[in-house]
Amino acid sequence: MTAALALGDDALVLSHRLGEWAGHAPVLEEEVALANIALDLLGQARVLLSLAGDEDELAYLREERAFRNVQLVEQPNGDFAQTIARQLYFSTYQELLYERLARGTGPFAPLAAKAVKEVAYHRDHAEHWTLRLGDGTDESHERMRRGLDALWRFTGELFEPVEGCEVEWHTLHDAWLTRITSVLERATLAVPEGPRRGGWAAGAGRQGIHTEPFGRMLAEMQHLHRSHPGATW
Amino acid sequence: MVTPTPAAAPTPAASDTGLTPLEEELLRLAGSVPDPELPMVSLAELGVMRGLRLLGPGRVEVELTPTYTGCPALESMATDIERILHDHGVPEVAVRTVLSPPWTTDAISAEGRRKLAESGIAPPAPRDAAAGGGPVPVALAVRCPHCGSTETELLSRFSSTACKALRRCAACGEPFDHFKEL
Repeated sequence: MTAALALGDDALVLSHRLGEWAGHAPVLEEEVALANIALDLLGQARVLLSLAGDEDELAYLREERAFRNVQLVEQPNGDFAQTIARQLYFSTYQELLYERLARGTGPFAPLAAKAVKEVAYHRDHAEHWTLRLGDGTDESHERMRRGLDALWRFTGELFEPVEGCEVEWHTLHDAWLTRITSVLERATLAVPEGPRRGGWAAGAGRQGIHTEPFGRMLAEMQHLHRSHPGATW
Repeated sequence: MVTPTPAAAPTPAASDTGLTPLEEELLRLAGSVPDPELPMVSLAELGVMRGLRLLGPGRVEVELTPTYTGCPALESMATDIERILHDHGVPEVAVRTVLSPPWTTDAISAEGRRKLAESGIAPPAPRDAAAGGGPVPVALAVRCPHCGSTETELLSRFSSTACKALRRCAACGEPFDHFKEL
């Protein structure tokens, strides 16, 4: 189940990244919001990974190269604006993808129909913060611009067809770009320029090729389970 | 963890609901379990009970649907259902999670809504059947559960649990949870 791994790993890895904000978010409401979004994603990851095998083994005992998530979701949190940029790019994509999967008859339709309503709230949250930061102070505008620019090169991979997902990827891409452009215009921000992917022809996250920060994230995520196999509390 | 729902097998002595009197009684018991995080409402009032089938003597299968995919209360709901059915003489209880059709806030009963409001949680507005859920774009008035004013503002889309948003009342100044539409 290549597709279950790809979609499940996207949700799992982003969930972990968002969880890293616990205790560090700028205000209490955001602490709670990011943790809630992380929890939704973790729920999706559990369903998806269970379609592919044992959820715990898949999450905690695979090596870096066996993960199939896009590189976007493994990128470090950066400042709050960069996290919002990652949320905007990813939740917009995930909502459009789940809308399409929910309409189909494939194995992901029940989860997609359920999760798309949750993801709509994630996207709404990211859009509101993009507007506030972009159309806020000079400092917040500049930070939002930097976050969007820094992650732009990871957005091309989102539209690499995933085997097993019956989706028209090019129309998904066009819908994503239209939506992102509209939000950024309202936020007085420019759509970043520059390449949408890295220069490496061997592929990226979907082929198991990840960026350097991912190994450190996995080490932290898997440490407890590997040190104390089967531990419960 | 999640398996497709089999069609309910017709039972010879079935009533209008397709359940035997014993199944109806057990479903009522299971549905009377309070929600672990919103103990003022029962699982039946929350609308998360999807069905119950007697598989054989002393063997029951219960179908439960989560409010949110990652709802951490699901496991404790399942344990509570198992316990109450054990206590009523059913030794073998299997609780299955079903996702389809997805739960919506429209599944919360009128009684459930009343109890939420009574406990200081603004109940969800009815969803437009065509809208399909998610954030409601128009700022619909949410009534303060403390003073009844509709002059309330959104503080955060997420609150103490995934299913609630945090609002504040401009009239009485109190913050309150709003069970947001899904």
